[in-house]
Amino acid sequence: MISIRNVSKWYGTFQVLTDCSTEVAKGEVVVVCGPSGSGKSTLIKCVNALEPFQKGEIIVDSVSVGDAKTNLPRLRSRVGMVFQHFELFPHMNVTQNLMLGQVKALGRSTEEARAKGLKLLERVDLLAHKDKYPAQLSGGQQQRVAIARALSMDPVAMLFDEPTSALDPEMINEVLDVMVQLAKEGMTMMVVTHEMGFARKVAHRVIFMDGGRIVEDAKTNDFFGTPRSERAQQFLSKILHH
Amino acid sequence: MNYTWHWRVLFETEPGGTGTYLQYLLAGLGWTLATALAAWVIALTIGALVGTLRTTAMPWVVRIGNLYVEIFRNIPLIVQMFLWFFVVPELVPTALGDAIKQMPPPWGMFWPAVLCLGFFTSVRVAEQVRAGINSLPRGQRMAGTAMGLTGAQTYRYVVLPQSFRIILPPLTSEFLNVIKNSSVALTIGLLELTGRARAMQEFSFRVFEAFATATVIYLLTNLVVVLLMRALENKVRVPGLIAVSGAPQAGH
Amino acid sequence: MFEGYDFEVIRTSLPYLFREGMTFTVTLTLIAMTGGIIFGTLLALMRLSPFRVLSGLAGAYVNLMRSVPLVLVIFWFFFLVPYIGAWIMGASRPIPVGAFLSAAITFTMFEAAYYCEIMRAGIQSIPRGQVWSGYALGLTYRHTMAQVVLPQAFRNMLPVLLTQTIILFQDTSLVYVISATDFLGAAAKIANRDYRLVEMYTFVAVVYFVISYALSMLVRRLQDRIAIVR
Repeated sequence: MISIRNVSKWYGTFQVLTDCSTEVAKGEVVVVCGPSGSGKSTLIKCVNALEPFQKGEIIVDSVSVGDAKTNLPRLRSRVGMVFQHFELFPHMNVTQNLMLGQVKALGRSTEEARAKGLKLLERVDLLAHKDKYPAQLSGGQQQRVAIARALSMDPVAMLFDEPTSALDPEMINEVLDVMVQLAKEGMTMMVVTHEMGFARKVAHRVIFMDGGRIVEDAKTNDFFGTPRSERAQQFLSKILHH
Repeated sequence: MNYTWHWRVLFETEPGGTGTYLQYLLAGLGWTLATALAAWVIALTIGALVGTLRTTAMPWVVRIGNLYVEIFRNIPLIVQMFLWFFVVPELVPTALGDAIKQMPPPWGMFWPAVLCLGFFTSVRVAEQVRAGINSLPRGQRMAGTAMGLTGAQTYRYVVLPQSFRIILPPLTSEFLNVIKNSSVALTIGLLELTGRARAMQEFSFRVFEAFATATVIYLLTNLVVVLLMRALENKVRVPGLIAVSGAPQAGH
Repeated sequence: MFEGYDFEVIRTSLPYLFREGMTFTVTLTLIAMTGGIIFGTLLALMRLSPFRVLSGLAGAYVNLMRSVPLVLVIFWFFFLVPYIGAWIMGASRPIPVGAFLSAAITFTMFEAAYYCEIMRAGIQSIPRGQVWSGYALGLTYRHTMAQVVLPQAFRNMLPVLLTQTIILFQDTSLVYVISATDFLGAAAKIANRDYRLVEMYTFVAVVYFVISYALSMLVRRLQDRIAIVR
């Protein structure tokens, strides 16, 4: 579903990604972890062309992301993304947030969009808040709405950029539960996160990045059991002591 | 567009016989700058005072400062210009009023214009000074007082020197505004640059040459002032200290 | 100071002052505000665009308008608009254009430069995440701007935009230099006809003060209620 081949990216003269390659098959859940500054957020933003990259190629559902002729809005409408800071539109209420992409990017009618939005809202257990504004919701609630918003576009894959990093500890689980459910239903997911519990539970593979490179790319059990690179071992020993 | 340009008009003699049109306009620039600088002195003095006073904790002082600011902020500049020129001579004691009215041109227009611009701009300077002082962390004032400095000393040695550097950029744009606003004085007969461009247009019928030349002169003056101010900013810059730039202000 | 202050002349000229003069002023202000904000937002988008030609053009225009006195700009358009009119209509001689139309064009074009800078700051203050979030949903640049960024930018900048409009309201008095009959112009006519400069000009000052002060108080109240909570 997602093919990343030899992708390199520079900000001016500073190289942020070096020769990154990996594949995410349909239905696979891949977790990307690593220290800050390792390029994991940048990499995932390259997948739906929010960040450009200078070398290599990325293919999403047979569409080449880097190709100048690709219709980027159309591509992006088929790949869902959830951000660290939720990024709900603060000037619209929850229902309107869920409808905007459907109506403007997918061309659905407002009734269709509203029905779909409300159905997804119910799925994340927030139907009662349909008329509220984002500022009136807690962080965990906002992030669940953000997930519903991404799902309302019927995406073929979902990208998560540190979805729980900005949440208070009590709210992390409510969001992870939704993501676990999504994984169990067979969604193709690429998740940048520090939540190793989530990785162990539902991830098929774990990718470890450091200094802009993919240092390790292994099945979950292999990664946690016998990490091959020293860097990955260091990282795991530091974060698994919580 | 059916307009034939005739730039040589700049070198023709203007009707008053004082020289070429170009010289006539440049003399206007002289009056513009003289008015602007004189007004700026007034604006800085009063503005710094009012701005500083408004940051003190004395309520009646702050209230008077606020009243002052509101009066000069809510009346259009041209109306203020008319008040200074037509109304003030009538309102002051007759002896002074007559003396004012008998001032020969151009001084009879120059001084009202300078006073008008000075007070008008002093309000904007006051706002910048107040913002500059308030942008300093409160700890600075406290550190001064803790050392045993009086209020006035803290302002003089700690607060104002730092605030001055912070407000240098916005003050530059205020000075540029004074130069632009001096053009309003043409309504009371002061022959500054824009007024002369208008006169040149009336006498020579060369509309666009007149106004284009004036425009270029304003742009060049702008450039010179900006460069000078930038040099001043570099001279007084404190190594390593980055001034915080303010939020967008409305204004001219 | 108030001996011989002729309130009568003010009272009798009130209808003229407000029906002719103030209508001119207010209409001009509203037209220039609307046109200026629309054109200003367009300029802001141009300045922020990655195309150098667009951002360069818009930047040059804004800097030019902000470097030159408004009085000069009024004269420019007063003489320029008839020529442009002739060019558009294919006439051989400049088309006479009234003071109001010339002023309307002048103030729209002039204020647009100031509204542009306000909108530009407003747009830039919207976190990048909002733009990404719009794109991630598949919205085009146009939709992201129109549905996500601009509504928030406007909300944030509304107080500053309104303050700029109050300044515009005061600046319209400069149409005096092209002998237009705005509020000040009307008062000046009465003042010179009846030789009552003190009364008329103080009255004008008071009226402008009351209106501007009241409006600025309203804006301050609005500022407290309108902030978008993040």
